[in-house]
Amino acid sequence: MAANAPESTSATAPAVRGTTGDIRRLIARAKRWDVIFIVLGILALGVGFLTFLALFLDMLIDGWERLRPEFFTQFPSRRASQAGILSAWVGTTLVMIVTAVVAVPLGVAAGIYLEEYAPKNWVTDVIEINITNLAGVPSIVYGLLALGLFVYAFGLGQSVQTAGLTLALLILPIVIVSTREAIRAIPAMIREGAYAVGATRWQTVKDHILPYSMPGILTGVIIGLSRAIGETAPIITIGALTFIAFLPPSPVTADFPFLSFEWLRAPFTVMPIQMFNWTSRPDEAFHANAAAAGAILVFMTLTMNGLAIWLRYRLRKNIKW
Amino acid sequence: MRFKPQFLAVALAAAFSAPAFGQGTLVKIDGSSTVYPVTEAVAEEFQKAEKNAIKVTVGISGTGGGFKKFCRGETDISGASRPILKSEMEQCAKEGITYYELPVAFDALTVVVNPKNTFLDKGITVEQLKRMWEPSAQGKITKWNQIDPSWPDAPIKLFGAGADSGTFDYFTEAIVGKSKSSRGDFTASEDDNVLVQGVQRDANAIGYFGYAYYAENQGKLKAVPIIEKAGKPGVSPSMNTVLDGSYQPLARPIFIYVNAKSLDRPEVKKFVEYYMTHGSKLAREVKYVPLPDKAYVMNKEHLAKGKKGTVFGGVAEVGVKIDDLLAREAKL
Repeated sequence: MAANAPESTSATAPAVRGTTGDIRRLIARAKRWDVIFIVLGILALGVGFLTFLALFLDMLIDGWERLRPEFFTQFPSRRASQAGILSAWVGTTLVMIVTAVVAVPLGVAAGIYLEEYAPKNWVTDVIEINITNLAGVPSIVYGLLALGLFVYAFGLGQSVQTAGLTLALLILPIVIVSTREAIRAIPAMIREGAYAVGATRWQTVKDHILPYSMPGILTGVIIGLSRAIGETAPIITIGALTFIAFLPPSPVTADFPFLSFEWLRAPFTVMPIQMFNWTSRPDEAFHANAAAAGAILVFMTLTMNGLAIWLRYRLRKNIKW
Repeated sequence: MRFKPQFLAVALAAAFSAPAFGQGTLVKIDGSSTVYPVTEAVAEEFQKAEKNAIKVTVGISGTGGGFKKFCRGETDISGASRPILKSEMEQCAKEGITYYELPVAFDALTVVVNPKNTFLDKGITVEQLKRMWEPSAQGKITKWNQIDPSWPDAPIKLFGAGADSGTFDYFTEAIVGKSKSSRGDFTASEDDNVLVQGVQRDANAIGYFGYAYYAENQGKLKAVPIIEKAGKPGVSPSMNTVLDGSYQPLARPIFIYVNAKSLDRPEVKKFVEYYMTHGSKLAREVKYVPLPDKAYVMNKEHLAKGKKGTVFGGVAEVGVKIDDLLAREAKL
């Protein structure tokens, strides 16, 4: 083979024969594609980034007047200048907590089971296909399911807990899929090493698989929650309110046992609904409120993403393989 | 699972930092988006007056969606931009829900054009509007001069309410003569601001929506005087023309329906009384036309006397005078 190599080169590339200048030109021409792709890549990135920036800045400029501390501590009002997002941001926060508490353990457990425990047969295949399909079901369908199941069949009411459970269902497939992806990215030798020294499956999962896949799982959870925070359709379907000028009862009480879960049953509204209501008002002053609320909603999502990046960074530091 | 305690700590901290509010009694309201601004204003002032001892929630499910919840007994009060329909009455009867029907304000559907439009300054007749909007006009009536030869040879750009709204139902009933009967080739939106912008941008546009949206955009739009019958003078929408009944047939009363059983609860009773006492002032503030003062007094009397049910018998009506309406016999 080695003896053949120079001959075949000269045979397949007769054009190369000649001065080094020709070769340089050839290399330059080949490299031109690198430049073209870099430009295209930056353009593609720019479309996404600039769109986001334009939207965010536009909302920020429109809503700047209203971005004052009172905006966060006032309830909705018929007067634009007195209207605030207190009930909306508290509602969104509480619903997100319920969503995360329900979706993360369920989704991660399901993902681990499918990757580590489930036998590879047609039942598993059907489940896998279903989960992937669920991720593409329009969110309003989850709203209708939740209205029938949670609100009426289970009698959970039009409450924070219903909204949290609905959004948890919505993001469950995302959490499961990202958990599985994260687990698959772990080199097989880690698992084999653990089994080789006599670890059980559960020990392998607990001490190796889960910690190493945590950064990836976290990314999936945050993507899911970021989707859930902006959802309006399913929340409206289950009966979120438009005007609500009080907060759910506090989770901390003065009497024993000092913790109350009454807030789970409270009526609520969320940020996107508040925004939507303000944009459809006749009075233009409300549109500034909507823009301000939009900017805050984006900021909430960015904060969540930032938190995820920070946690991921911290967790990755501890991983050594 | 190391991330969990941190995640939960952050999340719970956010929840715990929410200021605490005492538990109180709750009045649940849902229904029409047209009635919403008035009810919201009343709810806001009522809660202030009661120092937050009574809580009020207001949702927007639309008139029909609101009645569905109302007739299941889920809400205490339902806002409606049209009277309760026969099917809804039956639903309520089946669940044993009895109710009071209280008109609370007027909404005047306003026909608007671009400020550059001058040929409609004298007004437009209901007949002309009908020829413009009826289903058979679809694809045929496309130019202004097809309706009146003196009008310009320019395309008509139509903007109207979405088919799910009570506004659409009422406009078609009043103009075309049959509810939900309209041509389909127009720009429809449930969001009236979209219609406002559409008419504002196009010199050949004509559209309709609730008076409040016109009132907030008077500089950008022009209201067209409505001529009820040829020969009569054109009447522009305003507080006065609606109140004296001359703005016809596009002025309509809007209602709240109160569950009779809920009314036994002191918080609901207080709220409804507050609505009837301060509703007039607050309706005016949110750019709706309030009823004559005596109408609110009569509403209170009806509540006291237990005049339950609807005066419409489940049929939509156009151009009812408020006095006649209040004097009628109600039935469930």
